[in-house]
Amino acid sequence: MDLRAEVRHFIAENFLLTSGPIDLADAESLTSRGILDSTGALELVAHLEARYGIAVTDEELHPDNLDSVERIAAFIERKRA
Amino acid sequence: MSLGWEVLELDAAAEVARIAAMLREGIAVTLHKRGAVVAISGGVDSAVCAALAVQALGPDRVLALMLPERESSPASAARARSLAVHLGIEPLEEDITATLEAIGCYRRRDEAVRQILPGYGAGWRMKLVVAGASDGRITHFNLVAETPEGVRHEARLPARQYLEIVAATSFKQRIRKSIEYFHADRLNYAVLGTPNRLEYDQGFFVKNGDGTADLKPIAHLYKSQVYALARHLRLPDEIASAAPTTDTYSLAQGQDEFYFALPYREMDLALWSSNHGVPAEDLARALQVSSEAARRIYADIAAKRRATRHLHRRPILVDPIPEIEDLDA
Repeated sequence: MDLRAEVRHFIAENFLLTSGPIDLADAESLTSRGILDSTGALELVAHLEARYGIAVTDEELHPDNLDSVERIAAFIERKRA
Repeated sequence: MSLGWEVLELDAAAEVARIAAMLREGIAVTLHKRGAVVAISGGVDSAVCAALAVQALGPDRVLALMLPERESSPASAARARSLAVHLGIEPLEEDITATLEAIGCYRRRDEAVRQILPGYGAGWRMKLVVAGASDGRITHFNLVAETPEGVRHEARLPARQYLEIVAATSFKQRIRKSIEYFHADRLNYAVLGTPNRLEYDQGFFVKNGDGTADLKPIAHLYKSQVYALARHLRLPDEIASAAPTTDTYSLAQGQDEFYFALPYREMDLALWSSNHGVPAEDLARALQVSSEAARRIYADIAAKRRATRHLHRRPILVDPIPEIEDLDA
């Protein structure tokens, strides 16, 4: 599974409580769609840290890194580079 | 459009009369109750609610409850007592520490804190501090803890520990509300809820805790308007000028540290402006901040409203029950 697919899978399972396909474009804002709130963002960070072995700094807790599937995937790639 | 602080001014005498009429009508006619229970914390919101209830119903039909626990500020209790004297009512005081110990409020919270700060223990004090919202980052919370020697530690809270600490601490508001309803039921009284507009709109309350009430007489008033009513009602100075605190954690904590992005006066103007469609540039001029900062304040208001909307919701039903829904009409 590529990184974007993995992120979509996590969002579907944990925020939408479904294992089926979800109507969400990779570039769509998760907060604007009402999928991600501040608690959800912290849950997402905990998942990224555990799953990908990265440490997310306070400064990186920013919508630029976490507010869409493509941003999250790009953030993981940057952190792992 | 020029935005000024005068938008928050109100005719205090007229507003007191309007709220008092609502309280009488609401309690007697709508709820069929004989009086009001109000928990007084020593803060301005509950003080104004108690004073309004006394104005509307008379002192004999208002039960003021003081419900401290071992981490409450003694200064808050002193202010609550001075309010009761001022209003001519005899407060009923019940310390809820033993109940909170029995239900595990402190133990569960402290276990979650120790997952972040393993040395945390007897004699330490702690609080949560909001971070991120004012600079465009995602809102999150830091744990601030102080050793008995006064050494401070601060660490970002992961989701699980944050939720556990808040869930355990919310026992305080929920136990208080149970006691308020015990007294309301035995006296056939209604319970007053004391949120101001900032708290009500932005979801700064505990569901089934301080968020529960039969009437919320100041939920439509901005915080600075509540202070204006306190002055009009000639409440004791130490209450009419008291800074808003949560009085929930063992370290002193301002409401703007814990929840709101700004001190209450600026927050009032920002919320008013947001509600009235004022462009961010105008709010920026009034608050003397950058337009970008004003846009972030608007975004934070919208985000908190979205994130806490569920606190206001009735339980979701599979089918509507129109015969019951009509009660609000």
